[in-house]
Amino acid sequence: MEKPVLIACHDCDLLQMIPPVPEGGQARCTRCGAELYSRKRNSLDRTLSLILAGLILFFLSNAFPLLELESQGLLQETTLFQGVKALYDQDMRGLSLLVLLTCILAPFVQLSGLFYVLLPMRYNRLAPMTPAVFRFIRKLQPWSMMEVFMLGILVSIVKLAKMATIIPGISLYSFAALIMVLAGAVASLDPHIVWERLGDGKR
Amino acid sequence: MNVMSPTAKNAALLSCPSCHLLTRKPAVFGKSHAAICPRCGERIYERKPDSITRTWALVIAAFIFYIPANVLPIMTVTSMGKAQSDTILSGVIYFIKTGMWPIALVIFVASVFVPLLKLFILTYLLISLHVRSLWRPKDRTRLYRITEMIGRWSMVDIYVVTLMVALVKLGAIADIEVAPGAMHFAAVVVITIFAAMSFDPRLIWDKMEARHD
Repeated sequence: MEKPVLIACHDCDLLQMIPPVPEGGQARCTRCGAELYSRKRNSLDRTLSLILAGLILFFLSNAFPLLELESQGLLQETTLFQGVKALYDQDMRGLSLLVLLTCILAPFVQLSGLFYVLLPMRYNRLAPMTPAVFRFIRKLQPWSMMEVFMLGILVSIVKLAKMATIIPGISLYSFAALIMVLAGAVASLDPHIVWERLGDGKR
Repeated sequence: MNVMSPTAKNAALLSCPSCHLLTRKPAVFGKSHAAICPRCGERIYERKPDSITRTWALVIAAFIFYIPANVLPIMTVTSMGKAQSDTILSGVIYFIKTGMWPIALVIFVASVFVPLLKLFILTYLLISLHVRSLWRPKDRTRLYRITEMIGRWSMVDIYVVTLMVALVKLGAIADIEVAPGAMHFAAVVVITIFAAMSFDPRLIWDKMEARHD
């Protein structure tokens, strides 16, 4: 953004002229305080590298068991997907779909979709369907709940510790890393970069 | 004081909810009319369609689901032939009794306090629109932003149940099954997320102006 732009606040609708924002700076609405515009440092490169790390961690997290439970010589381990399947097998279809959506599908679509949009953009190209894909990812974001799932893991460990011995699996660690990486990717992403590449009005 | 604030609405502009591009409003443009953003292709309404009605409907639905979510058990633990049902509150009480109050606090805040807080805030905001309240619009907007942020954390209990069910399959020694309360609870979480999405905070500011003319 080199020249001032006119933006309406998405929370209170006030029109404001925003002067060029320096890298790392942000503009807030003068009436309600909502963030209107922010410019992240080196947004494309940082987000891309975090997404790449995120994709690797995502596969690790889902390929290996999350927790292992040992009780009187019996061993039982589970991956996230087995949890989804266990709910489905107990006839809680809606519930299992919700967990599938919020912990597996949404994060994966978010990561791969961002990769699809941002990688060509890094080399000054535009992937086909960029506006639609990017819009979809932004809408999906509230449904990606990895960090909440992590809290769920911690609570279950405490809950089960009384009952049996709990052994953390490999993917527990990659999950923890994935949450940091996802949060970092969201924080370093500057959506205006994508929109401004699309130009004003011509698709 | 000022009668008209320089808002997009008053300037006959439409602001894209997705990419924030401003476009000129067509001459004939009703409340339920939508334009397509020329830059990103998103549907643009002047205000979120039927925001107040939709939010009321979802808030009331969530209040109704909140009752079975807390009364019905969320899981049944069978251990050595004995079956025991757990509701959300009994889980909290169990942790308090066994002295693990930090976990009790986490579950209480995420599963009991947050959904209720969210529903009460949305109800308050809706009522404040009906009575055309002029009271602290900035803080009411902030309240709205809080409801958008905290709702997701209520999912914790659903994830705990998922993991417990998957892990504790020890046949005769111990077995855990999901119970209907979990489904109702998940419904509360999902419905309140939609309720927050359908509320349009710009209405708070619109009402401020209606008083001035």
